[in-house]
Amino acid sequence: MAIEDLFKVVIDRSKADTKPKADSKQKKPSPGVAIPQGLLFKCPRCGTVVYRDDFERNKSICPACNYHARIGWRERLEMTVDKGTFTELDADLKTLNPIEFPGYEAKIQELQASCGICEAVVTGVCMIHRYKTVIGIMDSNFMMASMGSVVGEKITRAFEYATKNKLPVVLFTASGGARMQEGIISLMQMAKTSGAIARHNEAGQLYVTVMTDPTTGGVTASFASLGDIIIAEPKVLIGFAGRRVIEGTIKQKLPDDFQSAEFMLENGFVDMIVDRKTLRPTLSKIFRTHNYTRAEEYRGGAAK
Amino acid sequence: MMNALTATERLALIREKGRPTVRDYIPALFSNFIELHGDRHFGDDAAILGGVGMFGTIPVTVIAQVKGRNLEENKRSNFSMPHPEGYRKALRLAKQAEKFHRPVICLVDTPGAFCGIEAEKRGQGEAIARNLMEFMTLKTPVISIVLGEGGSGGALALAVCDELAMLENALYSVISPRGFAAILWKDASRESEAAELMKITAEDLLKFGVCEHIIEEPEGGAHTDPKLTAENISEYLSEAIPRLKAVDTDEMLRRRYDKFRKIGVFSEG
Ligand SMILES: [Zn+2]
Repeated sequence: MAIEDLFKVVIDRSKADTKPKADSKQKKPSPGVAIPQGLLFKCPRCGTVVYRDDFERNKSICPACNYHARIGWRERLEMTVDKGTFTELDADLKTLNPIEFPGYEAKIQELQASCGICEAVVTGVCMIHRYKTVIGIMDSNFMMASMGSVVGEKITRAFEYATKNKLPVVLFTASGGARMQEGIISLMQMAKTSGAIARHNEAGQLYVTVMTDPTTGGVTASFASLGDIIIAEPKVLIGFAGRRVIEGTIKQKLPDDFQSAEFMLENGFVDMIVDRKTLRPTLSKIFRTHNYTRAEEYRGGAAK
Repeated sequence: MMNALTATERLALIREKGRPTVRDYIPALFSNFIELHGDRHFGDDAAILGGVGMFGTIPVTVIAQVKGRNLEENKRSNFSMPHPEGYRKALRLAKQAEKFHRPVICLVDTPGAFCGIEAEKRGQGEAIARNLMEFMTLKTPVISIVLGEGGSGGALALAVCDELAMLENALYSVISPRGFAAILWKDASRESEAAELMKITAEDLLKFGVCEHIIEEPEGGAHTDPKLTAENISEYLSEAIPRLKAVDTDEMLRRRYDKFRKIGVFSEG
């Protein structure tokens, strides 16, 4: 049995098409041993294989190349906000089918059951290092976190809430782009969210984007690129056009680091690349320089 | 007016070789037109033509996506697929219009923003995003008219406006029907089926509240009588420009925000 067969679950989780390059120096399961699926993680950037438990204990970061892998909204929330401080906003918005795309409702229901969320973004109010902030987390497990009506509406409302209550916004972006199944309505969400950001901006409030894997398409071309400060996680994919579309146009293969966080930093489109482990103190430092008041009461660290 | 054509028939019409482009419409609609070049950062993108001119007695800023009328023209204007510097030129001219209280007329006709290495390096996503945000609060009236193809974010970057009008056979969509079929059904040959399903005609968009006005085309399509088509556009602008100019700026911005704010199909509770 080829070792590749063991990784189906893992590969499904990270669909990037990079090929394995070097063998890892890390502790690595030996081939030929029958290991149940899902027990291993194979890094889509460098091909390193590690035990999933070790990998998840390491905040889902590849120990070999520092690629910050995709994580679900709950895990993200737990590692970001002060324990017990999160209150969700607009949890009851439900997806409909504006262009009557065949099978759309069924697909949404299936994802709601498997991901345990209603849609591809969760928004709410929380404390980070005792700074009160509005937070939004996109979850790429849900239809690649594409933006349809519900995603657009929740993000818009999150900014409107923050504008009204004079709060900063921290958005963790991840998306394959506009939700094509909703037709033109999904395209209009780009304008709608950008409008809400314009008002939050005019009200003098802070917006921090944290770009996670992958931030692409219509989300890159709207709210993800509009942060006052744009942070990216190491080695994640950030871009506008799909890699294959560009390769098809230029008829040649693109370098591996094309559209990476590092590529975006080099070209001037992100402010900094920040490790998951130091994100909370980084956000705290940013809040401090923007005249937000820190709550008195000590609430301890992150939930996780 | 023609009897309602299918989306597929319209797709064929807007790809018609002789379909008029901004090179036909600009001289017909505006006098004293002066083309202005460059984004002041990187370069000048021939896919977006901009300038100032007179619509009757009213000075206006015109920002237009340039489809070629033949292969040579298309090569020069990159088949109307703008690079980031094109969108940044558009924003520069819009800001200039704001300074002088000139209405902005955007003529939209693009398959989409260009997808390429240089476009990514220069921030295609950021350039489009910036336009969406800045146009939303631009303190001068903005009218966008979709002439043929309104392709995705590349069209939207010139369509955050007070009023969107569409030529009768123009289409405006989140992705081309071909791309839609290729991605969602893994079968690009189902283009026509996608076109019918996607709800991308002017009538569909009027129902969704995306478009406010449909401009009639002559029987057989715009190419059969470009002069008459230009007259129809002119008639619309003569009504719309003074009407929008008369609205108080704060009220205008509130309405523009609400126009996009209310678009979305979902249930609550
Ligand atoms: Zn790795």
